[in-house]
Amino acid sequence: MQTLPANTATHVPEDIDAKQLIWAETFSSGEYGSRVLKRGTRVRLVDVDGDACCQFIVHHASRPYERLNVADTVKVQWNGYLGEGKLLLSDMGRVLMSIVRDTSGRHDTFCGPSTAWSNAKRYGDGENYSKQPNARDRFLLALLKHGMGKKDIPPSLNFFKGVTIGEDGSLHFNGDAKPSFIELRAEMDVLVTFANCPHVLDPRPGYTASPLRAFAWQGPPTLADDPIRNASPEAQRAFENVDDWLL
Amino acid sequence: MNPVYDFTIPARAPWSHVVKAGQSLRIVDLEGNQAVDCILYDAADPTERYSAQETIVAQNNLFLTVGTKLMSTEGRPMMTVTADNVGRHDTIGGACSCESNTLRYGHHTKHQHACVENFIYELGQHGLGKRDVVSNINFFMNVPVMPDGALGIVDGISAPGKFVELKADRDTLVVISNCPQINNPCNGFNPTPVRVTITE
Repeated sequence: MQTLPANTATHVPEDIDAKQLIWAETFSSGEYGSRVLKRGTRVRLVDVDGDACCQFIVHHASRPYERLNVADTVKVQWNGYLGEGKLLLSDMGRVLMSIVRDTSGRHDTFCGPSTAWSNAKRYGDGENYSKQPNARDRFLLALLKHGMGKKDIPPSLNFFKGVTIGEDGSLHFNGDAKPSFIELRAEMDVLVTFANCPHVLDPRPGYTASPLRAFAWQGPPTLADDPIRNASPEAQRAFENVDDWLL
Repeated sequence: MNPVYDFTIPARAPWSHVVKAGQSLRIVDLEGNQAVDCILYDAADPTERYSAQETIVAQNNLFLTVGTKLMSTEGRPMMTVTADNVGRHDTIGGACSCESNTLRYGHHTKHQHACVENFIYELGQHGLGKRDVVSNINFFMNVPVMPDGALGIVDGISAPGKFVELKADRDTLVVISNCPQINNPCNGFNPTPVRVTITE
């Protein structure tokens, strides 16, 4: 459920100034969110009880053909595991969002969204009109409302459920339940889209996703001396490409 | 097996062709250490296309080799790897682009030819475009993930004459960029031609 206006929200984390909130919404199991965030906006996604799974994509708000590129995100940063300080890169050599805080450490860049067929296999049903909707169809609904369609769904990320890779390339799911949050900073005007649905590798027979909360507030655009911006030459150039585009 | 098509893709060039259901496509790394970037589209409905993430989940493993079903965004097999004497191919590293080259190698590399240039040009020949580009397969490329998550694009495990063969589960538009990258070892710093043959 969304709180309107956002600055009247209760259950706000102590270190967030509730008066500054521009978005406060709780997503129960299977629900989805999609929202334009201006450059500099901070959005904190909270896994309240430790068993949410935030399946996530992001597009440029006004040029949605520029969008999250998971392959560039892992390749340019030389790492398949997301965490604090990492960038979400677009397919145009720019940074869409930065991960400014992360208390979870369990995320996934490899497996993508749950789907109608993966949910049907595990839960017997996975349609939007069922009680166990899948993340890919949630993405599609959200994008259709922004004038987009199937071909605008890029490979996606999963927050709060981890997947690590064995030496032989095998996947290892980490579904440990632990309340945590991830906080992202919009580095351009972006459209974030996410669904709180069980991870495609979640082995439990029951459809389980505990509540996910989103809190957003406006902040300043990233400064030249920002530590994430300056963490690597690749990051510096991703921010330079953003600056160049915006000038 | 009757040969129905035989073509050598020049170094740095794009290529596309419909491989019909039941036909087999063989890609031969003629001179060795040549990355072949590849995306698949359903020939009848190209909104259904290759999904790296579906493929990884379906086999519970990152690496593509014999037996791998190359899965679509609709969760259906498009092609199956039926022969492979390399042992391992990548599907997480994606394609080089002019834009990502500026991040990885510096702003001076912006105008070097890149796989995404090949992909979008070739997709343009079929009425498709940039929004149709998704995470691709990198045949003959080895991208292991270390325990700390570190990715390596390590020197190829391919060699002259090594090949991979894909049997089409249905009519599939195969789009290839014969990778022009010269800033890392994926092509041995020297892009070379590859041969594609189709048999039925």
